[in-house]
Amino acid sequence: MPKPKVAFYWCASCGGCEETVVDLAEDILGVVEKVDIVLWPVAMDFKYKDVEALPEKSIVATLLNGAIRSSEQEEMAVMLRRKSQFLIAYGSCACTGGIPGLANQFEREEILRFNYEDAPTVVNPSKTRPQLVFEEAGRKPHLPELRNVVRTLDQVVEVDYYIPGCPPTPNLTKAAFEALLSGRLPPKGSVLAPDTALCDECDRKASKPADVAFTEFKRTHQKLLDPTKCLLAQGVVCMGPATRSGCGAQCPGGNMPCTGCFGPTSRVRDQGAKILSSLCANIAPKDEEGINRVLEGIPDPVGTFYRYGLAASMLRRKVDLNGK
Amino acid sequence: MSNPIPTATAGSWSPRIVAFFCNWCTYTAADLAGVSRMKYASNTRTIRLMCSGRVDPQFVLDALARGADGVLIGGCHPGDCHYVEGNYKMLRRFQLLRRMLSDMGIAEQRVRLEWISAAEGDKVKTVINQMTEQIKALGPLDMPQKFIDWDKEVIALARELRAQEPLAAEPAGDAPTQPAPTEVTHA
Repeated sequence: MPKPKVAFYWCASCGGCEETVVDLAEDILGVVEKVDIVLWPVAMDFKYKDVEALPEKSIVATLLNGAIRSSEQEEMAVMLRRKSQFLIAYGSCACTGGIPGLANQFEREEILRFNYEDAPTVVNPSKTRPQLVFEEAGRKPHLPELRNVVRTLDQVVEVDYYIPGCPPTPNLTKAAFEALLSGRLPPKGSVLAPDTALCDECDRKASKPADVAFTEFKRTHQKLLDPTKCLLAQGVVCMGPATRSGCGAQCPGGNMPCTGCFGPTSRVRDQGAKILSSLCANIAPKDEEGINRVLEGIPDPVGTFYRYGLAASMLRRKVDLNGK
Repeated sequence: MSNPIPTATAGSWSPRIVAFFCNWCTYTAADLAGVSRMKYASNTRTIRLMCSGRVDPQFVLDALARGADGVLIGGCHPGDCHYVEGNYKMLRRFQLLRRMLSDMGIAEQRVRLEWISAAEGDKVKTVINQMTEQIKALGPLDMPQKFIDWDKEVIALARELRAQEPLAAEPAGDAPTQPAPTEVTHA
């Protein structure tokens, strides 16, 4: 019997998710033994043409990481969707937009101008920018177009399962492979991680006071953190209460607050709004001036609360006031 | 704006404001305004909640994402909350929510918090009239249309790809090649 085919693909991502597949360590041998990898650009040499030649739905599962922000990535997402029985959004970027999703605070023109003209390290006096089509030596190469909106995978094609995390932890990846190979799969659309808040698996949970009563917010470099006490009780923005568990609370374990990479639980639709709600309700002062003094410790609410989730948030991107 | 008209009311756009009023003060005040036959702009759609402290910031975002041009939140004056602390919770959330929305490009006047006691029917009238005027001046927000416009870039490509496909591989009717047109994708 032929081995089930599996593909890995990356879009707008940093490569960390690919790393986590390798992080399976010896367990990866078990996976490689049972499956036939047909596409994995970061590690193996396959041509897109070969994948295109495969029959529809012949790949059992594609693990796609990265957000979708160019026409090429859309094209690949559509093609892999057609070729795969299960398309899995792998990692924060594919699930909720991730760090690249923060580009949704800017217009495409702003991004291009900064990167090709204004950035201090750029020398480009002719202000050349990549063209979609250009002619060279009688050939006309096409380049992908950068989209105005960064998208999650499920805003472009239908997604069967989600594995969150920046990057997803090896235990979740391994569990997902086991479920796939054994056919014991949860309902379509499930997130393959526990559906409880991170605080639930955090070692510091016991030290969280019933009433946090924030009198200030400090960022991690402004304060020496007690390695055992709840980070919220120390006045640090920790996304734990609004974030899904499954990572083993590694960041709080390393004395850093949770930044929310696993996205919200199934009962929350907008992670940023929910953590805002939770943190602000617990501010101590009752007058506007006092409240705003405490809130000065959160200078960038969008970047803090939607660090991995702006593309999947209710408003999705910054509203352009110029009507474009 | 390029897409000024949200619905079939072409040519006669008028703001749609979702109003979250607390049961004990502001909703009663709105009742009083009605019983007193005060006339005010008909642009609000009022939702009664037990307390302004129940207004989850998600409600505000959801209202805007589904086509509201503004959101008004009404609660009891400080110190008067039926549940002692609820309006303070709303005030604290509101301070940061307004700043965050402004960072997201949504004008501050579109979201407003007011303390209106059960006796202040006239304040309901003044606030609603004023807010309606302010939003009229700002123009429509119309997020649902924005979502459609933003996604046009993707849908165009999906069509192009489908056209290129060989007939044999023609996708079934439910072939998922493009996002659902509006709010469904992120609901």
